[in-house]
Amino acid sequence: MAMTALEIEELILKTFPDAKITIDDLRGDGDHYAAQIISEKFKGKTRVQQHQMVYNAMDGKMGKELHALALNTSAPKD
Amino acid sequence: MEQNTKEKIENIIKDNEILLFMKGTPVMPQCGFSAAVVGVLSHMGVKFNSVNVLEDADIREGIKEYSDWPTIPQLYVKNEFVGGCDIIREMHENGELTEYFEKAGITV
Repeated sequence: MAMTALEIEELILKTFPDAKITIDDLRGDGDHYAAQIISEKFKGKTRVQQHQMVYNAMDGKMGKELHALALNTSAPKD
Repeated sequence: MEQNTKEKIENIIKDNEILLFMKGTPVMPQCGFSAAVVGVLSHMGVKFNSVNVLEDADIREGIKEYSDWPTIPQLYVKNEFVGGCDIIREMHENGELTEYFEKAGITV
């Protein structure tokens, strides 16, 4: 099972409507992605918390349909 | 998660100062992400213990729920979940990991 970059982006946007998202399909196999996500919602959160928020936004697909989603999360710089 | 699985996980985390839940063993990692974290820790010269989740289905599923983290590997230092592969790699690259170990009283 794999997902398209667009499906991932749509899922993330549901939880993080303000997010700037860049997604790379690392191997072109629809199963190994890297996502850079910048959102106000990450402000004041630890990196573990930020990634947990994204995983929760993925609605249980992470680790199942999607094997690998490398994350780089941050809040926008003022 | 069953209570005895939870207790089992709690006990291993408590008994091991630096513990890596991984696929395979440090010598024979069975997944590139686990191998990457082993690589970072070895490079830093940090002594750690590991649990091969492929040998224990209860722990493999249980640890995901326990940490609220959907993937393996997972690194614990002194009872605290530090992160998975991306976070460890990022912390290693920007020097935060050395700082983290020093704060935890672990010499690297």
